[in-house]
Amino acid sequence: MAYVAMADRDHELHDPQTFITKYIWSQDHKVIAIQYGVTAIAIGLVALVLSLVMRLQLGFPHTFSLIAPADYYQAITMHGMIMVIYLLTALFLGGFGNYLIPLMCGARDMVFPYMNMLSYWVYLLAVLILVAGFFIPGGPTGAGWTLYPPQAVSTGTPGASWGIVCMLISLGVFIVAFTMGGLNYVTTVLQARCRGMTLMRMPLSVWGIFVATILGLLAFPALLVSAVMMTLDATIGTSFFMPAMLSMGHTNTHAGGSPLLFQHLFWFFGHPEVYIVALPAFGIVSDLLSTHSRRHIFGYRMMVWAILAIGCLSFVVWAHHMYVSGMNPYFGFFFATTTLIIAVPTAIKVYNWVLTLWRGDIHLTVPMLFAIGFIFTFIHGGLTGLFLGNVTVDVPLSATYFVVAHFHMVMGVSPILVVFGAVYHWYPKMSGKMLNDTLGRLHFWITFLGVYAIYLPMHYLGIMGVPRRYYAYSTADFPQSVQELNAAITVSALIVGAAQLILLFNLVYSLFKGKPAGPNPWRGTSLEWQTPDTPPKHGNWGPKLPVVYRWAYDYSVPGASEDFIPQNVPPGPGAPLSHGHG
Amino acid sequence: MTLGTAYTALGAGVLVWAFLVRSLRARPWQTKDAVGALHEGGETSLTPQRIGLFTFLAVISSLFGLFIAAYHMRMMDGIANGDWVHYKVPGILWFNTAVLMLGSATMQWAKGAAERGEFAPLRTRLIAGGALTGGFLLLQLLAWRELGADGFLSVRNPAIAFFYLLTAVHGLHLVGGLAVWGYTLRRLAAPTAPAVRVKDVRQVVGLCTLYWHYLMLVWLVLFGLMLST
Repeated sequence: MAYVAMADRDHELHDPQTFITKYIWSQDHKVIAIQYGVTAIAIGLVALVLSLVMRLQLGFPHTFSLIAPADYYQAITMHGMIMVIYLLTALFLGGFGNYLIPLMCGARDMVFPYMNMLSYWVYLLAVLILVAGFFIPGGPTGAGWTLYPPQAVSTGTPGASWGIVCMLISLGVFIVAFTMGGLNYVTTVLQARCRGMTLMRMPLSVWGIFVATILGLLAFPALLVSAVMMTLDATIGTSFFMPAMLSMGHTNTHAGGSPLLFQHLFWFFGHPEVYIVALPAFGIVSDLLSTHSRRHIFGYRMMVWAILAIGCLSFVVWAHHMYVSGMNPYFGFFFATTTLIIAVPTAIKVYNWVLTLWRGDIHLTVPMLFAIGFIFTFIHGGLTGLFLGNVTVDVPLSATYFVVAHFHMVMGVSPILVVFGAVYHWYPKMSGKMLNDTLGRLHFWITFLGVYAIYLPMHYLGIMGVPRRYYAYSTADFPQSVQELNAAITVSALIVGAAQLILLFNLVYSLFKGKPAGPNPWRGTSLEWQTPDTPPKHGNWGPKLPVVYRWAYDYSVPGASEDFIPQNVPPGPGAPLSHGHG
Repeated sequence: MTLGTAYTALGAGVLVWAFLVRSLRARPWQTKDAVGALHEGGETSLTPQRIGLFTFLAVISSLFGLFIAAYHMRMMDGIANGDWVHYKVPGILWFNTAVLMLGSATMQWAKGAAERGEFAPLRTRLIAGGALTGGFLLLQLLAWRELGADGFLSVRNPAIAFFYLLTAVHGLHLVGGLAVWGYTLRRLAAPTAPAVRVKDVRQVVGLCTLYWHYLMLVWLVLFGLMLST
């Protein structure tokens, strides 16, 4: 039978003997996941500090002189790119994807462990090239995270000579790393599940990561194409994107290039990228809500279909990022329509999350707090998306702080809250120790209330017409209240930024002083909680692979002896099959 | 971006959808006979390596599809503003195409030998297939030279820039294929148990052959694009 050959391949598993092969050049998916996670969080902290420096400038422009205008643009660019690509994408897919897929599917490892290891090291190389941008002549690019030409390679833009090339090379290397990891995730989900683990018995975390990976594999080539072509424009003088321009008194050497072509390519990647980050978050939050409300996920099958529908639709909405770039009005209508259609499966998911909580035995644990917090911020960010998806509303709001507030709520704050929830949820499995509960609650409340204090006022600023990407504003243009709000936002951002140190402290403190977690502290049903060892040892399952008899959501089944039945428990007395409604 | 690209993406999504639809109609919470419903292995009878290669080919398709979409859009702009200058495609490309097709056919021939476990002819055919592919790459460089000799070297003409870009990207993928080809030759010489060796080599040669055919197909599309525009 095929599953024996693929999932239970003891003879093919490498057998790490030394410290180096166990923890550095490791092919074990769990170690690679932690390597991905630590690197992503480390580079994410750099982006966090950049955002705080920017906020100090905006909130107190005459008090702090930390950065010059050029530095501000470089900080904007690096903050955005790091957060979207090098933190969120890497953390959800490289981190959680690597850790959860084999464990939740009942496999011993990824199907191509060596390539999986290479994936991490190439990712690290991409991060190092990105960071090198800070130290090269002219510094990193300051073109904004969208890297629009002609600005990105024009004289006067910070980092227009070397910084942009450094960024584009780093992105190319990242895509290579992602492809190596992505091939692993897709193949492992399709071909290495243990016996009994049908596709429709997979936890929604795996579904989210699986579909997001497919999106990434198909969408990242668009970024690669644009990166290669822009690199050639910047280095050997091609004119793919660069038009003829009179810039700072000089005529450039390009002619005829199409900046709009870049925008199309960039957003053909850029919009699926939103869902590359969001779908794993959707999947993970579904599992957190179900586990901590002791209730099966409401509408499992609908949730799977919604993930697939969102994945497909995410490829036909990209031009809603370009309403103000100039396009045929019929195109605007088409993309506004598809944008509104994609709200349907998304709304289905939100309803199902809320209905999962309905009459559940809700345990307000720290992961659950973050999961519920996500529902709030995601609804909030989703609703403002409806404003921006409509051409006529988008045009006046475009390039204002309303847009900044919207995308930070929907794809910054919301996925990060899920990341936090997931860390609190799976840290006990990864380390064998519980994270400190009091510190966790403190972290949650400061973060959750703090992000509202940051982003709610930004909507107001946007409606006032305050443009984004400005180093400083004149009080002649905007009322004093704008400056006062900016100061308040900065104070909130500093508090929220500092609150993240609580999590970092908790991660380290609990590793040494935390309470022992035991194998299944949340009384979860999915397979990762059923490993013979915690943390799971190399090969995950001991001598025999698990066999799956049921879906991952058998909580509070009538007639069961406990309020959860693990997936690998066969039907019998005290463990009936549920016949409820999915 | 042309709407065609969007529809291609949508079509790909529908295909995946159709592939999965049977499994997705299951109602896992209602399973009456859990043991009888046990999943008996991978979703298909394909090996993981083959699934991995198919997935990689999808990535390559997306990459070249987007390059072609960019080519088309830039050409439309270039024709409108007059900077897209048509050029004569180097005649040597016809010969190069024949060499690549021959390389692909030789790989297919090698695959036949691998399936029968005939290692001696397999090695010869593999070497021939790889050599023809290496030859194709060198000939592509000659095509670059021929284009330069015709006075078309300037990359300021986007048509020429695309010629260099597309041939280079295609060539890089072939170089990647040649790396696996080298690995296969090494495996062929490795002293392992005959049964393991036959299975292993058969699989790798099969994957190489599929990759070769696919890249030949990609080249035919690119060549056709350059000839027709």
